[in-house]
Amino acid sequence: MKRNIFKKVYDWLDERYDLTPLIEFGKHKKVPVHEHTIWYYMGGVTLFLFLIQAFTGILLSMYYQPGPDSSYESLRFLLTKVRFGWLIRSIHSWSANLMIFFAFVHMFSTFFTRAYKKPRELTWVSGFILLSLALAFGFSGYLLPWNELAFFATKVGTEIVGAVPIVGPIIMKVLRGGSDVTGATIYRFYAIHITLLPAIFMLVLALHLVFVQKHGMSEPEHLANLPESKKKYIPFFPNFLLRDLILWLIVFDILVFLAVYYPWELGLKADPFAPAPAGIRPEWYFMFMFQTLKLLPGHVLFIEGEVLGILLFMVGGLAWMLVPFWALKERPGRRIQPMEFIGVAVLVYIGVMTILGYVL
Amino acid sequence: MEVNRRKFTNFLIGGGLLGWLASVLYPLITYLIPPKVEEQSLNSVKAGKVDDFPPNSGKIIKFGRKPVLLIRTETGEFRAFSAICTHLDCIVQYREDTKHIWCACHNGMYDLTGKNISGPPPRPLMPYVVRIQKNEIIIEKPTNLG
Repeated sequence: MKRNIFKKVYDWLDERYDLTPLIEFGKHKKVPVHEHTIWYYMGGVTLFLFLIQAFTGILLSMYYQPGPDSSYESLRFLLTKVRFGWLIRSIHSWSANLMIFFAFVHMFSTFFTRAYKKPRELTWVSGFILLSLALAFGFSGYLLPWNELAFFATKVGTEIVGAVPIVGPIIMKVLRGGSDVTGATIYRFYAIHITLLPAIFMLVLALHLVFVQKHGMSEPEHLANLPESKKKYIPFFPNFLLRDLILWLIVFDILVFLAVYYPWELGLKADPFAPAPAGIRPEWYFMFMFQTLKLLPGHVLFIEGEVLGILLFMVGGLAWMLVPFWALKERPGRRIQPMEFIGVAVLVYIGVMTILGYVL
Repeated sequence: MEVNRRKFTNFLIGGGLLGWLASVLYPLITYLIPPKVEEQSLNSVKAGKVDDFPPNSGKIIKFGRKPVLLIRTETGEFRAFSAICTHLDCIVQYREDTKHIWCACHNGMYDLTGKNISGPPPRPLMPYVVRIQKNEIIIEKPTNLG
């Protein structure tokens, strides 16, 4: 009886929208099994954490009131009076950090397995855009509690944008909603955080996922060249999907553990007339840039240190986004390939600067 | 002839499209640029009594919407500077231990004349004028800035 109803609904839809090819696609989609299969799960985990972000973000917006006199107060109310308010907020903050962490892992694993190569160039580019959007999410969301750290992080961050030659000053003004970081900045960041970024993110995410489906999973070269009979695969549905779900469950448990045992603090309310507190630093994912700017002297030759740093990061970011289009050829016989060397150098740079940021 | 007519039509449609785009984008972009808020032109503020500031101390004073750092040196002399770090806009503070002006954001250091002496700040802090009138400290904008 039940089966009959499902069948009827399916037939009704199939007649109108031709679902069979989709079902066939799902049935035949397969995932290669090899020593690097673990990296196939990282994108999925990032997606899962994004879904948590969207869900907890909606919940937070039901209590949050943007404004210089209400942002901090509404969050304090949420944390102290609303039942489980602290939990939802803590999950939102932790999940944001984990999402960016897994996005980085996903990106570097794609880089080192050279999955960005033809025909997947645009999958890489769209992924890079998604990571940039995730960082923008982090930056805009960081201001919303209107606490001391958020205030100075936003001052510095928007000032960095302002140091970009020619268009910088006007973009900074548009971001801040004036020449200083004020209540106007909260309104703008709130609008960017909850409407503009999600809209763009969903669009690029949809493209990214369509690209991934179109090309299927990338296979490491030594496997791709093997005869079909020697390759191992598992069906995407249900085998791979079920493993995906298990991992999501594990990540969810870790997330809840962190949120409960290390709840995100609210800090002190922002005071535009107080000096920056000692030990101020940005979120860990901006730390390597922060530390670089800290170490650059006031002037390098004829150019201001901060402008030089910002220009270098812009050029570096652009080069990284366009990796598939300039990737150096592999040299047969070499133990360490040129691109591996570049990837390791980038990782070491980010790692060392991040550690220095916390130690110095 | 046919081709020319087509080219002309394309030009007309293309130009019209560009004009349409500009007329849509222009108001949108100008909407996003915040309007100038009329700021009262402030030339001086009272910072408090001389006795309220012990030697070797510093305090942030509101100068309209701008923070100004008022310092009383060890010798009892008063000095004032814009409290906005010239590096990346953070607010600086007076360090009683090192007797320097310090920015916590990127570890920038200025001496007591406002000169950038270490760390990333590229320029000195803008100085303000301090006057004492009947035991009252008055901070003034430097005259060359209007």
